[in-house]
Amino acid sequence: MSTKPQEFDVDRAWQLHPGVAVRPERFGALLYHFGTRRLSFLKTPMLLDVVQGLADAPSARDACRNAGVDDSQAAMYHRALAGLAATDMICEQAVA
Amino acid sequence: MTIDAAPAPSLLDHFELGLDAPICLTWELTYACNLSCTHCLSSSGRRDPRELSTAECKAVIDTLERMQVFYVNIGGGEPTVRSDFWELVDYATAHHVGVKFSTNGIKLTPDVAQRIAGNSYVDVQISLDGATAEVNDAIRGDGSYATAIRAMDNLAAAGVTGFKISVVMTRHNVTQLDAFKAIADRYDAQLRLTRLRPSGRGAAVWNDLHMYAEQQRELYDWLLAHGEGVLTGDSFFHLGAYGEALPGLNLCGAGRVVCLIDPVGDVYACPFAIHEQFFAGSVRDDGGFERVWQESQLFLELRSPQTGGACHSCSAYDVCRGGCMAAKFFTGLDLDGPDPECVKGHGEPGLALVAPGATPVPTPDHSRRGRQAPVPISIGRRPDRACDASPLS
Repeated sequence: MSTKPQEFDVDRAWQLHPGVAVRPERFGALLYHFGTRRLSFLKTPMLLDVVQGLADAPSARDACRNAGVDDSQAAMYHRALAGLAATDMICEQAVA
Repeated sequence: MTIDAAPAPSLLDHFELGLDAPICLTWELTYACNLSCTHCLSSSGRRDPRELSTAECKAVIDTLERMQVFYVNIGGGEPTVRSDFWELVDYATAHHVGVKFSTNGIKLTPDVAQRIAGNSYVDVQISLDGATAEVNDAIRGDGSYATAIRAMDNLAAAGVTGFKISVVMTRHNVTQLDAFKAIADRYDAQLRLTRLRPSGRGAAVWNDLHMYAEQQRELYDWLLAHGEGVLTGDSFFHLGAYGEALPGLNLCGAGRVVCLIDPVGDVYACPFAIHEQFFAGSVRDDGGFERVWQESQLFLELRSPQTGGACHSCSAYDVCRGGCMAAKFFTGLDLDGPDPECVKGHGEPGLALVAPGATPVPTPDHSRRGRQAPVPISIGRRPDRACDASPLS
């Protein structure tokens, strides 16, 4: 069920892995991957907005912008997405 | 594992104050078991005639789906002896509730292994408390090592990898850590080490089985060396007081992010706290599990800010958080004082003051009669014949 974790390229199109469930929480969200059985946390509501907007954005960079991430925070959010890609929580749209 | 994006309040703060739904929970489907392990945390053996029906179990699953509980840890007793076990597993996974189930392997035939191979929402934990038959069977009973190995062979033959081998650490098997790892590696499985609690029948054997202080240190060093490759169910967070915290949430999740549903639908704060003091309500009450989780007085108290009590001034409190509530309770210690296995030795003065026989008696007891059940059998009521039926029939 799980695919091989990918290198994160912020200018490509990403999406939530189809095997991942998202549960919004006051602090952001809990993510659970049914394939890898890993639990992960989105520590801000804005990061949840970013993740939920990935599928409709042409790139992860755009998804961040769409969610209201400003330039001063962009690097931090890109790093957070890279972490999610490394654990297979998000995947590239083309290979999903 | 975590995504750093914001300052306080920390995730830990959120978890300590509780979530609207558990992240996961333990659900013991039956008290029936073919084994009589000396340390059984739920004093299992005989089926309870009041156990939840298939329909009641499905209603609980509906609730868990609505609450977005990601997965349930199904145990017992030996859960696979319920005739509707696979019906319930399939129902849960079809309703987006993942299943991890613990088994001694008795029913894990080649056919069942094939079934597991075909459902990626199902995860299996095989219980093994010794890397050799000698050490394992002394606790779990004659033949139980061979049963577990046969189950793992069946899983391997069906192509299942990544299943868990679940070990309760004792002073006798902590010397076998590398051997356990070798078994896990042989099956491409994952080792899961958990803490022995003085719960259920474990209360009677805890003094004889729990790790010596120097063994706790060896385990800590071994866990640090193996990192996230070895699972612990977050059960050794008290060892963080040696220095660096171990991987995991490192807090007591009881009533905050986890809980237990027992076979008759009673909800307790955690699997190791089956005692009236930690009883929160029943899934059979009005409002069901959701209301128990969100409104029970006990759970609301567990979610209130903790002061740390006698441990507050300890330099290690931020890591160990005072240790395990159930371990303290069943050894007769104060809940807001040190853990009986406090690595700084702060539990020992308190333990010395607990009079013999003064520790709380775990309730209820479903141990089979005629076995080495440590708790005296109460008299005055005829045993229910239904309880005496073989759990395997």
